[in-house]
Amino acid sequence: MNIAKKFRRRYLVKGGIHPAPMKSTASFVIAPGPAPDGVIIPLTQHVGAQCEPIVEVGERVLVGQKIGDSGEFLSAPVHSSISGEVTGFVRHPHPYGHEVLSIQIASDGKFELSPGVEPKGDPFEMSPEEIRKIIREGGIVGLGGATFPTHVKISPVQGKQIDTLILNGAECEPYLTGDHRLLLEKTREVIQGGLILKRAVNAREVVVAIESNKKDAIEMAQEVGGELGVEVISLPSRYPMGAEKTLIKTVLGREVPSGGLPMDVGALVDNIGTCYAIHELFYKGMPLVERVLTVQGDGIAGHANLRVRIGTLVHDVVEFCGGMVGKPGKLIIGGPMMGLAQHTTSVPVIKGTTGIIVFRGETFFSREPAHFVCIRCGRCVRRCPMNLMPYAFGAFADMSMWQKLDECHIDDCVECGCCAYVCPTKNPLVQLVKVGKEGVVRYRKKMGSYQEED
Amino acid sequence: MCATEKRWDLIRRRTELELRSDKKNIKPEDLLTISVSPHIQGRDTATLIMLWVIVALLPLTAYAIYVCGWSAVTVIASSIVGSVSAEFLIQRFRHVPVSIGDLSAVLTGLLLALTLPPRLPFWMPLIGGVVAIALGKQVFGGLGHNIFNPALVGRAILAISWPKYMNTSYLVHPKAWAVNTAQIKTINAVTSATPLFAAKQVRSGALQINEGTYVKPLLLGNPWGAIGEVSALLVIVGLLILLLRGIVDWRIPVCFVGTVVILSSIRGQNPLFAAFSGGLMLGACFMATDYVTNPMTSWGKVIFATGCGVVTYLLRFHSNLPEGVMFSILFMNGLTPLIDRYIKPRPFGHSKRSIVPAKEASEQ
Repeated sequence: MNIAKKFRRRYLVKGGIHPAPMKSTASFVIAPGPAPDGVIIPLTQHVGAQCEPIVEVGERVLVGQKIGDSGEFLSAPVHSSISGEVTGFVRHPHPYGHEVLSIQIASDGKFELSPGVEPKGDPFEMSPEEIRKIIREGGIVGLGGATFPTHVKISPVQGKQIDTLILNGAECEPYLTGDHRLLLEKTREVIQGGLILKRAVNAREVVVAIESNKKDAIEMAQEVGGELGVEVISLPSRYPMGAEKTLIKTVLGREVPSGGLPMDVGALVDNIGTCYAIHELFYKGMPLVERVLTVQGDGIAGHANLRVRIGTLVHDVVEFCGGMVGKPGKLIIGGPMMGLAQHTTSVPVIKGTTGIIVFRGETFFSREPAHFVCIRCGRCVRRCPMNLMPYAFGAFADMSMWQKLDECHIDDCVECGCCAYVCPTKNPLVQLVKVGKEGVVRYRKKMGSYQEED
Repeated sequence: MCATEKRWDLIRRRTELELRSDKKNIKPEDLLTISVSPHIQGRDTATLIMLWVIVALLPLTAYAIYVCGWSAVTVIASSIVGSVSAEFLIQRFRHVPVSIGDLSAVLTGLLLALTLPPRLPFWMPLIGGVVAIALGKQVFGGLGHNIFNPALVGRAILAISWPKYMNTSYLVHPKAWAVNTAQIKTINAVTSATPLFAAKQVRSGALQINEGTYVKPLLLGNPWGAIGEVSALLVIVGLLILLLRGIVDWRIPVCFVGTVVILSSIRGQNPLFAAFSGGLMLGACFMATDYVTNPMTSWGKVIFATGCGVVTYLLRFHSNLPEGVMFSILFMNGLTPLIDRYIKPRPFGHSKRSIVPAKEASEQ
């Protein structure tokens, strides 16, 4: 049985690539980040409705105090990460590319805790509803980068039972090492957080899934997991092993249906960082006001794993790490495979910031604007973890053939970037997929309106 | 303006805006570059792949030149000159960027030369190279757009236009060390053509030879045949280089050669003779694996290669052509778009049934 499982994990999950890991920070202890003079906290840091500010300009706020909330279900409140005075509400650049209403707070340098920050009691004696409520109030979202509100994810859906909770420690993106360090340094806390989630969704099993290149983390997790009754699984090291659907298929052999949720196959995936944040929330009462991120790349003087307060400007973090080296090239929020390149360093660190990677101007890789040239080598088809045909997306999007794109299931693309990575003619396939998805939405709207006219 | 260009234009305009508005004294090279992920790239480029295929062909080419002498050099050189200059001139004429630097024209020229007999007059490979690039590739729009393998298009045109030259310019290479001179004389006395042609005559009862005696020379130093048919062993060495570099899919050569071997041995031919004679090894390892003209999916490749094998067998046993590899590959090249249309991978999270009705669903 076990051998069969291993075989399945190794061979039956298709696609994926092996980029150079570049995880030189894997041995760096998580260090406290900069103490900023001020923070800018965007009111949208999650998937869902934007928060409304619930503080006034000039008001004094404390660490962990809720400063923005929304009445919507699909939303998560934001909290102040420093103590000081609210100096204004501004539209500020956001890592996602647009400007977002944000709360500006000037620090008083004291980092005074809010009175609301106190242990919430034993979570294992609470009902799932209470746990969900506390998680919502703590502003917990998925910290792997997707920032989906956790309380929504663990809310029961009629007729769907979650049997396995997977703690995602794959961290398949090159350069990033934050989850690896958390697993090493806070193993018990992470697994405790997972157990709280298990209680909230009433799952039968908790599995910690770690890529096989993190041997030390696997050993550590096995040691602690053995005590707490948690299974540890070693995943093949391959990008995108940490993508939700790929992970579920690898660990459980179940395929999430197209357009469906992990819940449809009885699974729930949560990031290591999220579990740690949940532990901090229940045992220390601290809502999500800081996160671990990796600072890496050849364009920055110092590399580190930092615990950074949310709302700290990337500029401050870069300066804290010794500043940029060489000509400015690219500043990426997230990993190099799926991260977002920034046009300015004045964006704040948000809940979903897994890393800050800076590439030098002399050496960074950039796709030149060019026509779509395909030599039909088929690498993108072989590497696609979703079993799609990226070359067709590229060709059809380039020619604006939206109907064809729709027939090729472009909606199933997770934009992991494997196709663009292996493409020998360096076609910007992810970009074309993004263009294509927009076009397909427009096309469907148009077709819908035609049908209404008929 | 295509969608990609529009997108880039947007990004460029935005950077310019920032340049003009609040950061007037900042030079463009001081700005951060923005682009869509991924921000890293694999090492393989199209040029590098072409280079590796050429490298994989080098042992074979070198041995062929050693065996055939200067006549082979003339054929290879004029074929490459023909294809590269045709690519250059046509791209100039079409006002598109000249891409002879990507080595694909060089590779086409080399592959074409390897399918030609070594004693051709120099102008024939030259014409072949020009035709291969012009009618095989550029007429469809250049790299990646051709339907048929350009090198084989060139060879097909030559074979149809000058069949006399193409069928009689095979020479007996005295330096092929696997056969002794006496053997050459014996075989040469009864047939002046290639082993495959001899085998054909055997079947028609005109000749009595033992196919088994050909196997060793075909592997190690074949004195009869085209330049690239000089040694099947060196073709396999080239294939191994490509497989190790992950450039070709093993399915195509294995299925192609396997089908021919199985079908030929059913008809009583020596299986090793069937595998190593004629252009089969060269065709299966270097022609059928051409990226542009074979299907994208693994199962598509299997169908493509098996089809090539079946057609090769049919041509070898049921036609009066001496060799079937060239036409079989060209035939299956033509079917490739059709294979790609029907053989599609099952997308993740879709049940087998839901792949096909996607079109119906959108129509409803």
